[in-house]
Amino acid sequence: MINYLLFVALPYASLAVFLIGSIYRYKMKGFQVSSLSSQFLEGRTLFWGSQPFHWGMFFLFFGHLIAFLFPSTVIAWNGQPVRLLILETSGFAFGLSALTGLFVLIFRRMTNKRVKIVTNRMDVVVYIVLLTQIISGLWVAYFNRWGSSWFAAYLTPYLRSIFVFDPQIEAISTVNSLSIKLHVVSAFTIIGIIPFTRFVHFLVYPIDYLWRSYQQVVWNWDRKRIRTSRNHREGVKSTNN
Amino acid sequence: MDIRAQVAMVFHLDKCIGCHTCSIACKNIWTDRKGAEYMWWNNVETKPGTGYPTKWENQDIYKGGWVKDGNSISLKGTGKFKGLKNIFHNPHMPVLDDYYEPWTYKYQDLFTAPEGDDQPTARPVSLVTGEHVDVKSGPNWDDDMGGSKDYARQDVNFKDLTKAEQEAMFQLERMTFHYLPRICNHCLNPACVASCPSGALYKRGEDGVVLINQERCRAWRMCVTACPYKKSYYNWNTGKSEKCVLCYPRLESGQAPACFHSCVGRIRYLGVLLYDADKIQAVASCNEDELVDRQLDIYVNPFDPEVIYNAKKNGIADSTITAAQKSPVYKFVKEWKLALPLHPEFRTLPNLFYVPALLPGMASVADGVYNTTSKSLWGGIESNRLPMKYLASLFSAGNVNKVSDVLKRLMAVRLHRRGVTVGDLKKEEISEAMNEVSMNADTADAIFRLTTLATFDERFVIPPAHREESIEMLENTADFKGSTGFGFKERPARGL
Ligand code: HEM
Ligand code: SF4
Ligand code: SF4
Repeated sequence: MINYLLFVALPYASLAVFLIGSIYRYKMKGFQVSSLSSQFLEGRTLFWGSQPFHWGMFFLFFGHLIAFLFPSTVIAWNGQPVRLLILETSGFAFGLSALTGLFVLIFRRMTNKRVKIVTNRMDVVVYIVLLTQIISGLWVAYFNRWGSSWFAAYLTPYLRSIFVFDPQIEAISTVNSLSIKLHVVSAFTIIGIIPFTRFVHFLVYPIDYLWRSYQQVVWNWDRKRIRTSRNHREGVKSTNN
Repeated sequence: MDIRAQVAMVFHLDKCIGCHTCSIACKNIWTDRKGAEYMWWNNVETKPGTGYPTKWENQDIYKGGWVKDGNSISLKGTGKFKGLKNIFHNPHMPVLDDYYEPWTYKYQDLFTAPEGDDQPTARPVSLVTGEHVDVKSGPNWDDDMGGSKDYARQDVNFKDLTKAEQEAMFQLERMTFHYLPRICNHCLNPACVASCPSGALYKRGEDGVVLINQERCRAWRMCVTACPYKKSYYNWNTGKSEKCVLCYPRLESGQAPACFHSCVGRIRYLGVLLYDADKIQAVASCNEDELVDRQLDIYVNPFDPEVIYNAKKNGIADSTITAAQKSPVYKFVKEWKLALPLHPEFRTLPNLFYVPALLPGMASVADGVYNTTSKSLWGGIESNRLPMKYLASLFSAGNVNKVSDVLKRLMAVRLHRRGVTVGDLKKEEISEAMNEVSMNADTADAIFRLTTLATFDERFVIPPAHREESIEMLENTADFKGSTGFGFKERPARGL
C-alpha cells in the first residue's frame, strides 16, 4: 500500500501539479517567475556556493537524463571496468561539488544579514529537499555500487512505466535499500514543488538567447493593423508589454 | 533607408546648478519603493569625481558596453557565450556597496525618547536590514568635491593626462568642477537589450524608449553589467531589474518626463530625432576617432523630402515628423553642433547629448582674477582650468578638437551677445571669434534664445501619442472596460 502511495500516487500527483502549476505560474504570474538572485546583496560567498552547486547539478541532471533515455548505451560504455570507474567517480565528484556548494549557500543564508531579509519559508523547504536529494544520491552511489550498471534493471523500467501510464512497481518496491527509495521519493517531491518555489527558474533557462538577434524592437502600435473601438478583434495584441 | 523616430535629449551643462531637484522628482514618482530605495534613475554627479555607482565609467572593473571586434562589435562582459557561462554568478556586477546602503532615520525616537540631559537624536537605520548603520556613502557623496583625493583624483577620465598635468589641475587656484546629471540614454544600440538572455528588454519602435518587461525579467542581471552607464538597476526585493522609463506614461500624454519638467536650471531639452536604422551596425563598429561624427550622421534631416517619404512609408505619424522639424534637440545636436554624446566609446549610440560646460573649461585665472576676455580664452586653451583632454575623455572618445570646437562656438555666442548687450568689446574681436566657427549673428541669437529664454513648449517638443490612442498603444481598451485599467494587476510581491 505504502509502495503504491509513494511510487504511483506521488509521481502522478507531482507530475500533474508540476505541469498545471508551472504553466499557470508562467502564463498568469509572469512577474513571479525569477531566479530571485541575491548576488546584489552579497556576491563573494555566493560565488563559492552558486558555481559548484549549479555546475554539479547541471552535469548530474544530464547524467540522469542520459541514463534514463539511453540505458543500453550506458551499460555498453560500462563494459570496461575503467570506463565504469571514470563514470562513477565523475558522477560522485559532481555530487560532492553540488553538496559543498549547497552547504556554502545555506551557510551564507544563515549568516548574512542582508540575505536573511530576502529569505522566505519556501527557501527553507528548497534547501531541505535538496539536501535530502543530494545526500541520498551520494549515499546510494557509495553504498549501493555500481548504480550506473544496476539502474537499468530496477529504475529505468519503473520510470518508463510511469511515463507510459502503466506503472510497474515490483522492481522498485523490492529494492531493499532505503536510500534508493528516498532518492526516488524526494526526486518526485522536488518535481511537485517546482511551481511553488524558486525552482521555476530553471524552467525558464534562456536557451533561445543563443539564436535570437541581439537587439529587440517592439512596435506597440502598428498603424496599419491597429484595432479600433468598432473592431477590436482585428490585429494582434503585442506580447511584450 | 529605414527611418525611425527617437525621443532624444540635450542637457546644457553650463546651466546645471546641481540642485538635485530632477533626482527627487524621479525618486518620488518611480523609485520610492522597497527594493528600489538605492536606485536613482536620474542622478547628478560632480565632475571630476567617481560618480554613482562608484567608478561606473571604468569598464576594466564593470565590463559594460561594446568593444570593437574586427569589423564588428561584441559585448564586453556579457553576450551569448559569456552571459550563459556566467549565469550562475555574474562576476562583473556592481553590488549594493558599490552604490550605497540606503537609509532613513528613526524620526519617532525624537518624540518617544525619555526625558534626559541630552538632545534626542534620530539615528540612521538601513532600509535593507532595518538595523543601525554608520552612513559612509551616498548617491552624491562627492557633491562639489572638485579636488578631493578620494573622489576627484580617482576619476578615470584623467587617464590621458600626465601626472604633471593632473597635479597642475589640483592646485587650489585652478580647482574647478561642473555637474553631470545622468539618466538612461535610451541608446540606439543598447547593450542592456542585447545582453538580456530572456529578451525582457526592448526598444519601443514608436519613440525609442528602452524598457524592461517586468513579466519576462528572470533576474539574470546581465543588463546591469552590460549597461556601461550603469542605468539598469536590480531590485533586490522583487527579483527584477528596473530602469528609467523616460516617464513614458507622461510622454504619451504630452507631458515632459518628471526630471525635465522639474529642472530648476532649465538645462533640459527633449525632442524627436529621425534616424536611419540601417546604419546602426556600421556606425557602432567604426573606428574610435570617427565615432562622434558617424553617430551624428545617423540622424537625418527632417525637412529632406526623401526622409519624409521614407518616414511615412515606415508608418511614422505626420505629427511625429512635424515634431522632429521643431525639435530643439535637432538644433543643438545637428544644426548648431553644440552637443556631444557622453562616452561615445562605449558604442551604445546614446541619445542624450551634453552641451559641455564652458566656464570651468575655458576660463583661466591670472593673478587671482577670473579672466573671461576673449584673447586670454583663445590664447591659452591648454592652460584652462579643466584640461581639454579631460572633457574629450567625457564627450568625444578623446578627440580634443571635437570639444574645443564646441567650446569655441559657445564662446562666440557669448562674445556676440556681450557685443549686443554690453558693447565693451572691439567689433573685430567679436567677428574674429564668429568667423573662426563660421557662425552668423542670426544663429548666435537663435542659440542665445533657446539657451536662455526658451519657454516650456520650445524646450520640450513632444510628439503627440494622441491621447485617445495612447492606451491602444498598449492594450486593447475593450479588454479593460470596467476594470482598473493598466498598471500592476498584482502586488509586486517577491516570487516564492
Ligand atoms: C541551468 C539552469 C539554471 C540556471 C540558469 C540557474 C540560475 C540560477 C541563478 C541565476 C540563481 C541566483 C543566484 C544568485 O543569488 O545570484 C540561482 C539560484 C538557485 N538555484 Fe539555480 N539555476 C539553474 C538550475 C538549477 C537547478 C537544477 C537547481 C536545483 C534543483 C537550482 C537551484 C537553485 C537554488 C537552490 C538557488 C538559490 C541559491 C541561494 O541563493 O541560496 N538551480 N540559480
Ligand atoms: S543607457 Fe544603458 S540602460 Fe539605457 S539604453 Fe543605453 S545601455 Fe540600456
Ligand atoms: S534639476 Fe536641473 S539644474 Fe537641478 S540638478 Fe537637475 S539637471 Fe541640474
